[in-house]
Amino acid sequence: MSAAVNPPIVFTQDELGWVSWIEPLPEAELTERHFAGLVDRSRAKSEYFRLLVRDPEVLEARTKTDKDIFYNVADGLPRAERELAAAATSRYNGCIYCASVHARFASTYSKRRDDVQRLLDEGIKADLGERWNAVVKASVALAATPIAFGPDNIEELRRAGLDDAEIVDVINGASFFNWANRLMLSLGEPSK
Amino acid sequence: MAPTDIIDTLAGIEPGSALDGIRARRLQARENAQKSYLSLFEPIDAGDVSLLERAAVAAFVTGLHGETPVVAFYRDKLAATADGARLVEAIEVEIARGKTSGPYGSFPAGPLSVENTAGLIFRVSAERRSGLGARLVAALEHAHLLVFRPRDAASADMQALLAAGWSNTGIVTFSQLVAFLSFQVRVVSGLRTLAAVNA
Repeated sequence: MSAAVNPPIVFTQDELGWVSWIEPLPEAELTERHFAGLVDRSRAKSEYFRLLVRDPEVLEARTKTDKDIFYNVADGLPRAERELAAAATSRYNGCIYCASVHARFASTYSKRRDDVQRLLDEGIKADLGERWNAVVKASVALAATPIAFGPDNIEELRRAGLDDAEIVDVINGASFFNWANRLMLSLGEPSK
Repeated sequence: MAPTDIIDTLAGIEPGSALDGIRARRLQARENAQKSYLSLFEPIDAGDVSLLERAAVAAFVTGLHGETPVVAFYRDKLAATADGARLVEAIEVEIARGKTSGPYGSFPAGPLSVENTAGLIFRVSAERRSGLGARLVAALEHAHLLVFRPRDAASADMQALLAAGWSNTGIVTFSQLVAFLSFQVRVVSGLRTLAAVNA
């Protein structure tokens, strides 16, 4: 399965592939229970989702949690900053694949591609301006074990203009990537 | 009455409070975080990962994080699981042996190598290996990697789990359980912090 893997050695906004270290379900073996777990039938083409669909109930709940945290932009934090929280968490935990996807989304929605690239190149200490710095710092504090997120982070997010609903979007988005990073990093690897 | 939402319970969010209202704006996320918890701890099929294994790994993982209400919840859950009470003390000893600060670990060799950070490579103590059994020993060692040094994960770690008797499907469920708890404990911590600031 890993014969053609060409792992990236730096953080990048380029599109990467992902190769599983254990056996995904073959597409031909997927049943309606599995398709319910995939949520989007087109995800049957993805090796990652055909691996996770071995436990379809967990995958379905995970996917619907993910989608609401990031795609429900009727109110709350702008999508760009939810993606920034995801990218910063991934940069700190060391998930090159997750960082590539969500750095790309952060760039698309913010139009600040160079700032996003500095987060990837320089790391979590990159100076991205008060508002983004507060989001990155809060995300990093949440990713630490033991968790380092505290009242200072909330104070900084408020000073940067976030209200409580937006702060909860940061908490949700950053926390979710502590879930996603651990799956992506441990079940397979990225490939250029 | 709707069943108790576990994140609300652990974060101390009261019905009708401001944070209850904010969480209601992400209803699908709230409901599916709950469904994630239920599908991991009350699965329709526990064939590849037993309820005891789920509870033991959860107590270990949340114990390593040390967030008070969450730790107590999963320790009690292990104690209440069939055959679980005998494991509580062993898990607590292993938590004390495994506690450290993360994330640490190595990046692929290259420009990122300057960011490599060394840290504890956790192994269950020799005197508790037979009591826990090969499957659970392998699970705790891998769970520690996932909690503190996920960027160290390699295909050899999957081989170690397979060699200890874990199936491909069991590895997926077990990995989801550790990763989900990494999410849940952080949402709880973040919401508790916000509630405390506003109190």
